[in-house]
Amino acid sequence: MRYFAQRLVFYVFTAWAAVTINFFVPRLTPGNPVDSLIAEYQGQISTQAVHSLTVLFGLDKQQGIFQQYISYLGQLARGDLGISFHSFPTPVSSVLAQSLPWTVCLVGVATVLSFAIGTLLGVIVGWRRGSLADMLMPITTFFASIPYFWLALLAIAAFTGVGSFLPSAGGYDPGLVPGWNGAFVASALKHSLLPAATIIVTSVAGWLMGMRNMVVTVSSEDYVTVAHAKGLSERRVMLGYAARNAMLPSVSGFGMALGLVVGGTFLVEYVFSYPGVGLELVSAIGQKDYPLMQGIFLVITLSVLAANFLADLAYMALDPRTRREG
Amino acid sequence: MAVTAPGVDAVTPQDPVAGSAEASPRRLRMRLLSNRKVAVGLVILAVFLLIAIIGPLIAPYDPSRRSADILQGPSAKHWFGTTHIGQDIFSQVLDGTRSVMFVGFFAGVVATIVAVLFGVTSGYLGGAGGEGLSAVSNVFLVIPALPLIIIITTAIPTGGDWVVALVIGLTSWAWGARVLRAQTLSLRRRDFVEAARATGEPVWRIVIFEILPNLTAIIASSFVGTVIYAVMTEVALAFIGVQGLYEWNWGAILYWAQSQEALAIGAWWWFVPAGLAIALLGTALSLLNFGIDELVNPRLRSSGSAAVRDYSGRRVRLRVGFTPVLARGAGPVPAHATEIQSADIQVEDGAR
Amino acid sequence: MTTLSETASPAGGATDVVLEAEELTKHFPVRRRLRAAFSGERPAVHAVDDVALLLRRGRVTALVGESGSGKSTVARLLAQLYPRTGGAIRLHGAETTVRGGRRFRAYSGKVQMIFQDPFASLNPVHTVRYHLTRALRVHDRVGRGRAETEAALADLLAKVQLTPPQRYIDKFPHELSGGQRQRVAIARALAAGPEALLADEPVSMLDVSIRLGILNLLRDLKEQMDLAILYITHDIASARYFADETQVMYAGRMVEGGDSESVTQQPAHPYTRLLIDSAPDPDRLAAQAGGADPDQSASLDEGTGEVASLIHPPSGCRFHPRCPHAMQVCTAQVPPRFEVAGVTSRGADESGRPAHWAACWLYSPEHAGDAAGAAA
Repeated sequence: MRYFAQRLVFYVFTAWAAVTINFFVPRLTPGNPVDSLIAEYQGQISTQAVHSLTVLFGLDKQQGIFQQYISYLGQLARGDLGISFHSFPTPVSSVLAQSLPWTVCLVGVATVLSFAIGTLLGVIVGWRRGSLADMLMPITTFFASIPYFWLALLAIAAFTGVGSFLPSAGGYDPGLVPGWNGAFVASALKHSLLPAATIIVTSVAGWLMGMRNMVVTVSSEDYVTVAHAKGLSERRVMLGYAARNAMLPSVSGFGMALGLVVGGTFLVEYVFSYPGVGLELVSAIGQKDYPLMQGIFLVITLSVLAANFLADLAYMALDPRTRREG
Repeated sequence: MAVTAPGVDAVTPQDPVAGSAEASPRRLRMRLLSNRKVAVGLVILAVFLLIAIIGPLIAPYDPSRRSADILQGPSAKHWFGTTHIGQDIFSQVLDGTRSVMFVGFFAGVVATIVAVLFGVTSGYLGGAGGEGLSAVSNVFLVIPALPLIIIITTAIPTGGDWVVALVIGLTSWAWGARVLRAQTLSLRRRDFVEAARATGEPVWRIVIFEILPNLTAIIASSFVGTVIYAVMTEVALAFIGVQGLYEWNWGAILYWAQSQEALAIGAWWWFVPAGLAIALLGTALSLLNFGIDELVNPRLRSSGSAAVRDYSGRRVRLRVGFTPVLARGAGPVPAHATEIQSADIQVEDGAR
Repeated sequence: MTTLSETASPAGGATDVVLEAEELTKHFPVRRRLRAAFSGERPAVHAVDDVALLLRRGRVTALVGESGSGKSTVARLLAQLYPRTGGAIRLHGAETTVRGGRRFRAYSGKVQMIFQDPFASLNPVHTVRYHLTRALRVHDRVGRGRAETEAALADLLAKVQLTPPQRYIDKFPHELSGGQRQRVAIARALAAGPEALLADEPVSMLDVSIRLGILNLLRDLKEQMDLAILYITHDIASARYFADETQVMYAGRMVEGGDSESVTQQPAHPYTRLLIDSAPDPDRLAAQAGGADPDQSASLDEGTGEVASLIHPPSGCRFHPRCPHAMQVCTAQVPPRFEVAGVTSRGADESGRPAHWAACWLYSPEHAGDAAGAAA
């Protein structure tokens, strides 16, 4: 319980810190492009939108900084992140609501898969010392060092093109209307195969190495020897004793990786023109769409925190030492 | 009284288990180099460093110079081919090495220094100060670095490599700080720190000369990891087009390749060299990291694939918890087999 | 038969007091659970309560106790490695409290400590040379120039019988055996030129065959350099061999003290008797096998057998839950020191020899008769 409370406090504190950083960054950058943009779009923005932008970016010079901060927090609590400029006049929150599911689905699933495959392979490689299992190491290292946008582009060149099964861009066939129908879902899946595959190929190595190192360290512990001596089958010892304990650091790492799901793999979306949050961020940056940039950054941070929190819960369930009272 | 036995253990021959010949600096370096993986990594790294220094000087052409040889494949004249405006890709790669290596190492240095400052101080102080520093590093850990870097570098577009390296360094130190703090906390309780205090050493000497030397492996590993990360990030930034494109780093090459749809028009040579270079550099650094890991934790060393036969001649597969009988009675044991076997039962330093 | 005052003044000047502790107390605050924070109570680990010690020149004082009795804490308090909660520490009669800096250095030049684990107390990345040179340098005993430094190092190593010095001076700790490491640790302590040596279980982690060598070394050093040694141990038999005076601690308090022969041969306090009897003694076992009273030792520990909790120590005498002779007064009041009657063993003419006392109600004047009966 203690552990849980500690982590909760930490996440609340970090969320507050992230929100506050988000508050200060636009006020610290030189010049204020939002002002000029508002002037440019004068008459086309509703007064309400102008007001929300003012709060977000501190355009009202008369308000004290603390007062601005309070209004900023209040506005965030209402879910109002301002208006996106480059997909004007859509509010930032709806842009995010549209693109977030794509990112979460694609990258989330890919991360889970690479974690599962990598950890399982890592257990096997760590368990069988010597032999060609160790040859795997330099190969996977090489793959891990390949920047995945490069691998992705190569994959597109190699596997897609006129008449091939896999599409080269987009989240779904342009002709289809998004909805929960068979054709759309099938198309979405088809479009996600290549991106997911490239993510998995480049990130498996990391999980593999980490897990292998832990399994090697754990398998020399006495309790594994005792398990062997008790006569348990090798697979039982490998999975139930060694892997179970070796997995703990990987679980923490997995939490962090999940957090990076939203924030870190926008390169993939960029290359595949996949309609997720990352792509929005890239275009926002290109077009200097500050409200959108800020909103995305905030959402990314909060989802990182949420993912880490979930991972901590999982860790708590797996490691009985954290449940010890006092 | 009882018979005194002065100096009995003074002339006792050295305990073979205790003398596993690891930590002496001279022997440490030789151990590191003799590991094949590490040697390979170091060689590759050295090549890249060399290119970083002399690259622009030995490049056959000015990388930005246009020419009439548009979109040519690799040839004797242009080893890596040319771009859509006739620039020599080989020269671009050579030139770009400098920027990438500089940013990578500078960011690595910045991040490692900050990580050491925060991590070791917070670990040694303990109490409120330590917890406070730890909270700060936890915040930095959780805040996603890449979007932050992008936002900051967009806000300060005319900075060049220094700014990028600085920003990357200042956002990626948190992981190293966390690891260092954990290690310092455990080291602080060791008797030799108390003994140093009891001898009368001042605090700063204890931190620098007693605790830090025990952390060198972790610091080195963290440094190499940060360099890898910084290189990848810088290349990614250039690829998206965030960073200034005045200097030819590898990401910029790929940016142009992508924007001109190199793959679609079949100009694979534009595309492949930069990516391979990144992968090679990353691999070299990772191998170095493995070497450091294996040095610190001898169990991680791969025992190789030497064939081991047991006493009856059957081939034996070594696995955890299994001790094959290699020879019976007073028969000779094959040398390499002993080595492998001892890897399974290696005693850790300090175990009694 | 009267209670002793806490500070016994030496009758003669032959063995003067180097270090003295009076009413030494240390409580470690414990992190409170959330609920407890509101109830206002502040739990603490009562590691050391009201300890009095005298270390004299050229004498060894043993402090015997089980794990958790607080003896290591006493050593660290005497070395002033962390601040005490209460009580006084006197160096040559003058009270000292040092937190750090120059004053601590001056203090550590007089009072040095030897740690229990010979491997952990030497920094694995530094050679023997570094350890000893630093110790010499901090206390300004390193001399001028390399020749003098080398001579000082050789001298230190010779004192601990690690000769020839060239063989050991450039070695790392992991290249030495346990006994050698402990000798290096002793050499490091001697480098400061101390007057008092606090040895915290110096031989507990060494092979039994080597322990004697180290103890003999310490005794030789004591005689050569006129040191006052505090020897902390859980092994009361070695206290008898090595120490002139023995004090017994239990759950943070001192329960018995006196010269080693008396304390170990005629233990007065029930806890000391338990300690002595738990050491296997071939003579006694033979006697038992021959049909002597088998219940003699079995009846000694009729309590719960559990160690007292230091956070909520038992009221009154802390040993009373385990004591076969516990009385009503034992649960209520902490017993002061009582001199044990009629058990002085050797010739009584030596002045300054510590008297044999026990902090047990059995030895108070009112219960003198019970003590005699229980001491059978």
